[in-house]
Amino acid sequence: MSASDLQSAPSAQEAAPPRPAWQVLLIRPETMTLALLVLAVFAGAWLSPFFLDISYILRSFTLYAEFAIVALVLTMVIIAGEIDLSPAANMALSACVFAWLQQAGLPVPAAVAVGLAAGLAMGAFNGLMVIGLQLPSIIVTIGTLTLYRGLAQIIAGDKSIRVPEWFIGVDKIMVLGVPLPVVIFIVLALALGFLLSRTIVGRQIYQIGTNEVAARHAGIRSARIKFGLFLAVGLVSATAGMMTASRLGSVRYDLGLGGELQMVLMAMLGGTYIFGGRGTILGTFLAAWLLVLVSTGMIVANVLPAVQLVVLGILLVVSIIATNFIYSRTQR
Amino acid sequence: MSEAGASPLLSARGTSKSFAGVEVLRNVDLDLMPGEIHALLGENGAGKSTFAKIIAGVHRPTRGTLQLGGTTVDVASPVVAQKLGITLIHQEPISFPDLSVAENLVLGRSDGAPLGRVPWAAINRDARRLIDLLGVRIDVTRPMRGLSIADQQMVEIARALASDSRLIIMDEPTAPLTPKEVETLFGIARRLRDEGRTIIFISHRLEEVRALCDRVTIFRDGNKIATEAIGKLSDADIIRLMIGRPLKEYMHKGKSQIGEVALEVEHLTLPGYFDDISFSVRKGEIVGLGGLVGAGRTDVARALFGVAPAASGSVRVGGRPVTITDPAQAIAEGLAFVPEDRAVAGIFRTLSVEQNISAAVPGQIAPRGVIRRGVEKALAQDAVKRLRIRLASLRQPIGELSGGNQQKAILARWLLTDPSVLILDEPTRGIDIGVKAEFYDMIGELAASGRAILLISSELPELLALCDRVLVMSEGRLTADIARAEATQEKIMSAAVPQVRGAAA
Ligand SMILES: Nc1ncnc2c1ncn2[C@@H]1O[C@H](COP(=O)(O)OP(=O)(O)OP(=O)(O)O)[C@@H](O)[C@H]1O
Ligand SMILES: [Mg+2]
Repeated sequence: MSASDLQSAPSAQEAAPPRPAWQVLLIRPETMTLALLVLAVFAGAWLSPFFLDISYILRSFTLYAEFAIVALVLTMVIIAGEIDLSPAANMALSACVFAWLQQAGLPVPAAVAVGLAAGLAMGAFNGLMVIGLQLPSIIVTIGTLTLYRGLAQIIAGDKSIRVPEWFIGVDKIMVLGVPLPVVIFIVLALALGFLLSRTIVGRQIYQIGTNEVAARHAGIRSARIKFGLFLAVGLVSATAGMMTASRLGSVRYDLGLGGELQMVLMAMLGGTYIFGGRGTILGTFLAAWLLVLVSTGMIVANVLPAVQLVVLGILLVVSIIATNFIYSRTQR
Repeated sequence: MSEAGASPLLSARGTSKSFAGVEVLRNVDLDLMPGEIHALLGENGAGKSTFAKIIAGVHRPTRGTLQLGGTTVDVASPVVAQKLGITLIHQEPISFPDLSVAENLVLGRSDGAPLGRVPWAAINRDARRLIDLLGVRIDVTRPMRGLSIADQQMVEIARALASDSRLIIMDEPTAPLTPKEVETLFGIARRLRDEGRTIIFISHRLEEVRALCDRVTIFRDGNKIATEAIGKLSDADIIRLMIGRPLKEYMHKGKSQIGEVALEVEHLTLPGYFDDISFSVRKGEIVGLGGLVGAGRTDVARALFGVAPAASGSVRVGGRPVTITDPAQAIAEGLAFVPEDRAVAGIFRTLSVEQNISAAVPGQIAPRGVIRRGVEKALAQDAVKRLRIRLASLRQPIGELSGGNQQKAILARWLLTDPSVLILDEPTRGIDIGVKAEFYDMIGELAASGRAILLISSELPELLALCDRVLVMSEGRLTADIARAEATQEKIMSAAVPQVRGAAA
């Protein structure tokens, strides 16, 4: 451009410093999660000496690790502007498929493979309904949540199916003193965190969630990416189902019942915006620990289950309000 | 103040505004008289919208006072502004897309009991009366979503009328309107002025400001430079005050070598939108596509780019037949498309300027899928410099940029794809005169370097200045193909206006 030398008037372009770093940090949604997490650690330590025992915390975490693992992938789905409420039912159905097949005599590895394939198929079914038929994902997955759970009950009846002895106990396997499910959670968080923040696909997930029409105009294949995300949730849910089966030693149709709410709670506590476009893996990662600390803390302190729910609800509301308040302050 | 005797309706004193430490408005003093239409002029990012939003309670000023009818007021929120009789028609219409036109019109009205029945018949009747007042034909029971931008804008204006305000601020209201709608709007504005109301009118089109306004205030870099009666300033004065230097005249170089056919369209049809469209654009050629808003030009562009593919017909790019059903394919074929509706189809409002600029070139910033921040930053920085995009930081959300600067960022996005066929749909909407001239230069250069350009524009002078050929559409059909030498405003207009067809039709 030839006119650059004409730009003699002092323009805002050079003069303007970027937004101060503390503000950038404050409006990051995970900041609130981290603050609550630190608070929870102190409160817990005050309540019970167990809280200073890291291996106790890690063991408690294994009870939530399956949900936490799925919540990581679910976070990406929510950022892309969709939702999937069927993962817990998917966990149950794929675990039931697996357990039933191995009981019927199929070798365990083959049964696991079929179970995972079933999870993938469930994800594909969700994806087809949402992307192919353009139905709202919240409605589709409320439907499939019921459907998958119902199928699980048809397959397994209301008995529990035992799994072979050697298959039991993923949560007892230690890697450098850390239970395997926790290791899987941490590794997956690192991988997905990298995917979401450093790669083109991750970038495009945010763009789709922010403005899907604009994303399509920019040549972003939003249908493909969203379908991939539904597949990923399906596969990871099935894996989580197998892990739960291994931890419990037996499978029933009500495995993981109500887990979808825990998963959504983790994502939202971590600052993921329910309408898409905002959120991070780090946030969900921190929120999972927060949830575990608070839940076990309350169990240790003998808090009534009903009160526990109330506390979790308050946590969620506080973190959402605080994030939004700070965010809107900086906008005026 | 020029008018002796009259006391101002609104006086702003020392109005300043900073965003995160960046001062974008500095000590603005302004008096608005009752019964005047007052224009705000200035380059993109000069602070016009920010000033308007402060008056309307959208932003809080960092410093300064506002007096309304002699008493100091604190316009703490848009609701307060509404109560004080101040209405802002936003640059980007923000309405509730799923509510009907009528519902949008009565929104925020607080008469009636909170739990009372909704008087639908009365609401629809009132809405229809307001819309009729504007002389446009809109079905008030339809949802906002389906309306064209022009119609949405009209609904916004009707809403302002409904609120019976003393001060109405129109931020670039005419950008999406047809000349006829602009006339209607001006008629209404004049009537409101004659009733003693005050109107603030923001526009980048000098001829509109001349036709409508009594006084102008010129902003530059957040400072108020001058307030004058419009008659006292020549166009050259205004431009000098606005950009601090004389404007260079755009000259069509006419030097570009027109080469072989780059884009060839035959019998393209999408029932209900356009019918039997055939034309071609050669390398180095700038072909204009004129016509009235709603003639189907945007639909043709969207079909070519695969956003809403045509039902039948054929397209050839660089001589090869192609079937494009998805924008990703179009980009792979070397097409680029700057859409007209920036807010809906262009920007990612909450994401950074940098990300917005690099969105269509993943291959350049991440050859193996992993983003190279350095490369991305360099590309964006270069684009910002070339198009003189005014911003605080590349990491800033694009929604914080002024309207014109957002438009420039979207242009930058598509220039990065280095397209062989560039489709521009109203690309200069909301861009200031200074940049417009440079933008014309840039299009000329792009053509000279062998690109084929299809320029959709409703601004006749723009078509005449830039294009080698002007196609005209009317009611979904091509009605004219006028060579540069023969093109005149009259010819284009007469082809654009729908003809009353023979008795058979
Ligand atoms: N919410 C915001 N946060 C940070 N900066 C902002 C915000 N809103 C506006 N700005 C900055 O303030 C300056 C003035 O913007 P404004 O929208 O008032 O310009 P304008 O004169 O209306 O321009 P245009 O003609 O392009 O619409 C710009 O540099 C813009 O980037
Ligand atoms: Mg503006």
